[in-house]
Amino acid sequence: MWAARMTIADTTANSAAAAAVVDTADDFSTLDALESEAIHIFREVAGEFERPVILFSGGKDSTVLLHVALKAFWPAPLPFALLHVDTGHNLPEVLEFRDQVVERYNLRLHVAKVEDYLADGRLTERPDGVRNPLQTIPLLDAITENRFDAVFGGGRRDEERSRAKERIFSLRNAFGQWDPKRQRPELWNLYNGRHAPGEHVRVFPLSNWTELDVWRYIAREQVLLPQIYYAHQRDVFLRDGMWMTPGPWGGPREGEELQRLSVRYRTVGDGSSTGAVLSDAADNDAVLDEVAASRLTERGATRGDDRVSEAAMEDRKREGYF
Amino acid sequence: MSSIHHHAPDLLRIATAGSVDDGKSTLVGRLLYDTKSVLADQIDAVTKASVDRGLEGPDLSLLVDGLRAEREQGITIDVAYRYFATPARSFVLADTPGHVQYTRNTVSGASTAQLVILLVDARNGVVSQTRRHAAVMALLGVPQLVLAVNKIDLVEDAASVYAEISAEFAELTRSLGWSAEQVISIPVSALNGDNVATRSENTSFYDGPTLIEHLETVPNLTDRKQVGLRFPVQYVIRPRTPEFPDYRGYAGQIAAGRVSVGDEVVILPSGTRTTVSQIDTADGQLATAHTGRSVTILLSDDVDASRGDLIASAVDAPEPVQQFSATVCWLAEKALRPGARLLLKHGTKTTQAIVGSLEVLFDEQNLSLVDAPDTVELNQIGRIAIQTAEPIAADDYQVNRESGSFLLIDPQGGNTLGAGLVGDALENLHLTAAPELV
Repeated sequence: MWAARMTIADTTANSAAAAAVVDTADDFSTLDALESEAIHIFREVAGEFERPVILFSGGKDSTVLLHVALKAFWPAPLPFALLHVDTGHNLPEVLEFRDQVVERYNLRLHVAKVEDYLADGRLTERPDGVRNPLQTIPLLDAITENRFDAVFGGGRRDEERSRAKERIFSLRNAFGQWDPKRQRPELWNLYNGRHAPGEHVRVFPLSNWTELDVWRYIAREQVLLPQIYYAHQRDVFLRDGMWMTPGPWGGPREGEELQRLSVRYRTVGDGSSTGAVLSDAADNDAVLDEVAASRLTERGATRGDDRVSEAAMEDRKREGYF
Repeated sequence: MSSIHHHAPDLLRIATAGSVDDGKSTLVGRLLYDTKSVLADQIDAVTKASVDRGLEGPDLSLLVDGLRAEREQGITIDVAYRYFATPARSFVLADTPGHVQYTRNTVSGASTAQLVILLVDARNGVVSQTRRHAAVMALLGVPQLVLAVNKIDLVEDAASVYAEISAEFAELTRSLGWSAEQVISIPVSALNGDNVATRSENTSFYDGPTLIEHLETVPNLTDRKQVGLRFPVQYVIRPRTPEFPDYRGYAGQIAAGRVSVGDEVVILPSGTRTTVSQIDTADGQLATAHTGRSVTILLSDDVDASRGDLIASAVDAPEPVQQFSATVCWLAEKALRPGARLLLKHGTKTTQAIVGSLEVLFDEQNLSLVDAPDTVELNQIGRIAIQTAEPIAADDYQVNRESGSFLLIDPQGGNTLGAGLVGDALENLHLTAAPELV
């Protein structure tokens, strides 16, 4: 390990005084390799695109994504803005965290709100109240309106079978659609970002990371996350095998009993479709042990939207979702 | 506190290859299953899907064939990436389709692989597809090969079948240029798990490692050390902030070799010489950095360098060229013809290119070379002459994969049309020396 790791916040001070360390091939770990690959991808996009943007939800993957992006351009400021698609069903802790991050690093944030679309009738609420599928239109509109040509996401190939097929540079047509049969081959570390006007490229720098890699990296780099990722007491009720938080998405309904339990979140998505897991893991080390021992994937455990059908994720990606 | 989970071991990039129905998806499913990289909800989903299809037990191949079209047809269409880990190592596995028409996916998967697992069905032995794939792996410079002799449980006299197949494969790979240390054969049954993670009692004739043991211990040839520093400049970092008013750093990932503070370097194609004054990362400065590391290099002189330039060690810098021979794997439906105007991306430089003559076509069926073809079609491999608008500072692909590879891109549609290897990779296959393979 390197002698002195610092958090991004500390590195705004010139580190010239710090003693240089010898980096040997032997201590180039998986995390170093994954981080270097992600930094390379960020810099390729910065070098080749006009208007890139980072999708930032305040979740752990997009927070790690942002952490790597800041390192890629240090000591210069981040050359990208952030884009958040706010479903209106986000947990307040996550929105608060989002705004803190934006302020801490002096970033620019675009917010596309599902609520705006519901208010003027461009979208209608689904009968099940789940807002995740409603994000696609506001996302695509924001991409078009701001003429974003590269959109970074924190998606990982280990999340789901159709994600396993996703390229690191994933070309989308003017409708934001992904066509798995017409993907560009990706060779060596040469990424092809050419696209026609109106098209854009989704870029996934964390493609080759696993959930465990993400948590190891969070622990190593001391990346700050919303507190809901760590065990805390919360009023929750059980629905479809998931521990849900009461909120504007409704619940508890009749027969759903509110209980105060020690829980944490493994993913942060829409409050209507993302559940908490029972957990006592209150810090990074405990979370690492829990993730390593878990017999459920994060999505299987806590993401209702992936349970709709065998190809739910593939179908949503074809529509323009991430 | 279990230290296993907290320590990230090194990363080995591997790929699979083999013909259709030799059990590739089952082997990948088995690797994931035996390394406990498949979790209960994924097994539940696969079991449910298998029952829906009228199968009795879970079909492990459904763990990996994820697209609608793949499940409908029961085949793998596109490269997928899988992740598994043991206490010793982490693995990124490019799972490639076996169909002949998907050779381009095999090429994609193998381009970054440090090791390829080639499957054969023990009942069929080394078939033409095995030879094709081995030849493509040789061209792409894959450092390590494993022949998995699968379905070993289904043959009578497994000992002699295995001995025969592994001898034939050893001869094939030797003729293609691999040394004996780079190649291993392992008798396995992906379906039953024999010799994948656990040593099988059914193969007493075999005393080598299991597949997992081999993957855990094989040398990780990240840095082949054949060339000095190759550092394509990706992006110039100029903060212009109060704290860093004059900072100018060249950001990139070290493609080959290593760099130390004080090294004399040359900027190509201009040829300007200078020395490295500082190697920065966001975590602090480095005295030396190796292949694969993303860093920012500061130079002692105020030189002109920008994206697309290459910073190389002064002692063995490549000579920038505008006309050269290259081996090309053609990946597009539209055939390659002489005179084609394309874009060429090498490292961080993209420049216009014109294809000159088509010199040689590699006949995969017969493992032979055909002179002066009219076209290079989808999935074919040929040697072409190429001319670029700007000089390219490239190495021979056989010397270094990263600094010797390029993409050919359609200037209109933007699609990737071809994968290029600088120099005459085909010549190195010693095809004329192995007529017995035909």
